[in-house]
Amino acid sequence: MIVGSQICKRYPGGLEALKNVSFEIAGGEMALVGGHSGAGKTTLLKLLSAIERPTSGSLIVNGQNLVALRPAALPFLRRNLGLVFQDQKLLFDRSALENVLLPLEIIGLAPRDAQRRARAALDKVGLLTREKTNPIALSGGEQQRLAIARAVVNRPTILLADEPTANLDEESARQVLDLFIAFNQVRVTVIIATHAPQNLFPGMAVRVLTLNHGTLTP
Amino acid sequence: MKAWLQQHLAALVRAARRLTDSPLSTLLSILVIGIAMALPAAGYLCLDNLKTLGANSSRAQQMSLFMNTGASEKTRSDVEKRLEATLPDQWRFVSRDAALRQMEANEGMAEIVASLPRNPLPDAFILEPDNADPEHLETLRATLSAWPGVAHVQLDSAWIKRFDAFLRLGRLAVHLLAVIFAVGLIAVTFNTIRLQVLGQAEEIEVARLIGATDAFIRRPFCYSGVLQGALGGLTAALLLLAGTLALAPPVSRLAALYGGTFAPHGPSFLHSLALVASGAALGWLGAQLSVRLIRDQ
Ligand SMILES: Nc1ncnc2c1ncn2[C@@H]1O[C@H](COP(=O)(O)OP(=O)(O)OP(=O)(O)O)[C@@H](O)[C@H]1O
Ligand SMILES: [Mg+2]
Repeated sequence: MIVGSQICKRYPGGLEALKNVSFEIAGGEMALVGGHSGAGKTTLLKLLSAIERPTSGSLIVNGQNLVALRPAALPFLRRNLGLVFQDQKLLFDRSALENVLLPLEIIGLAPRDAQRRARAALDKVGLLTREKTNPIALSGGEQQRLAIARAVVNRPTILLADEPTANLDEESARQVLDLFIAFNQVRVTVIIATHAPQNLFPGMAVRVLTLNHGTLTP
Repeated sequence: MKAWLQQHLAALVRAARRLTDSPLSTLLSILVIGIAMALPAAGYLCLDNLKTLGANSSRAQQMSLFMNTGASEKTRSDVEKRLEATLPDQWRFVSRDAALRQMEANEGMAEIVASLPRNPLPDAFILEPDNADPEHLETLRATLSAWPGVAHVQLDSAWIKRFDAFLRLGRLAVHLLAVIFAVGLIAVTFNTIRLQVLGQAEEIEVARLIGATDAFIRRPFCYSGVLQGALGGLTAALLLLAGTLALAPPVSRLAALYGGTFAPHGPSFLHSLALVASGAALGWLGAQLSVRLIRDQ
């Protein structure tokens, strides 16, 4: 459950990226955040993952008010979120499997259990045969799927993805989006930022929050 | 508990991997730390050897107690009793006649002794106190001098005092050296860990974004510092051992030329352990200072 009310975000330079944004996303819901470039989509996702803090308003994620979050509580909030970044942020000094293992090492899972779970996640995104490959040797679509595997290996309750299909051809984009649908079907809340929400899930009734210069359009 | 151990083990493994990732710079750091620790440790070892050397020779340190020439038999036996009470079995009596005979035995002295009208020598006691501490000897001298019938107590400890002062100075110098090199060691660790942190900036950022705590992020760096320091300490111990092994034969030969036997001892197992432990502790400190700089970038 995510509740934002009257959220404003002003960056240190004075630019107001979000103005009075209020919304509610129920647990297990799938929602798209749309809008032109610079509308504030990434900013909204950054607020949801506590990478940035609202300047004013309140934002409650998994029962925690992110405006007043103690720094020590931040890691534990993040462990319940799956983040797929616009630039993926994969680590190129290790194998695909080790990339997926990182979140499990962070929660201190026993190595054997971690290996099993990481392999299962790789299998889910169709990359099990590439587990030893360095991500640099993966295609754009494969890298995106690897980033998703890393985001979901911890079994988060909320999955946030920023332009996950931006650089992919139709076939790869389809594979990635099918993954999101699959996760949503097991009651993971999925929030995807995209500049073209109408093309993402043709024929499906998916909720869209459209941003326009920092304000939500009804 | 098991999970806690597992996390620390994992951090240790990651730390070791980070060190082996850049073997050359790690090796160089370990060598620098080893040399930095070996220098004061070598100074300490030298002093320790000198101390045993000093203790060996001062065991032969003698005090001479001369009686008044006219002292009676009774006074002499009184002094004897009191000596036995103060320094049991650490004294022997040399009668004036025996002293004269000894003198006669020396080359060229026979004639001079023969020409003397009477024996000018007093009865004497040769003392060899077990406790050869210079200060103790000095107070002992003062006490004995005050006894009735005692003319003079001679203590040949001037060189012991000088030697002791020298050891004291040496010890101070070694301590100063140790402090300086400890600071240097912390600085070296600080720098290697800082470079590691900079090199891992991406991993740190990603780890933080997916829920790593500060402790999780810092732990492997701290272990890196500890490992590096401990290996540096081990290197120092090995350097000292090699140095002692190389120096022992010539030193023994030199001692033999002076008619003594002396084999310098190397770092003991406990000393080596102390080197490794202090290397680890200083490495930990340097790493701690370094990881304090990892803040939310
Ligand atoms: N760190 C920042 N500091 C200052 N201004 C920022 C920062 N990040 C974003 N902005 C500004 O905030 C506004 C919203 O940016 P944001 O990245 O949220 O847009 P977006 O909708 O994700 O755009 P795109 O589709 O191009 O990714 C933009 O005008 C941008 O210049
Ligand atoms: Mg964006």
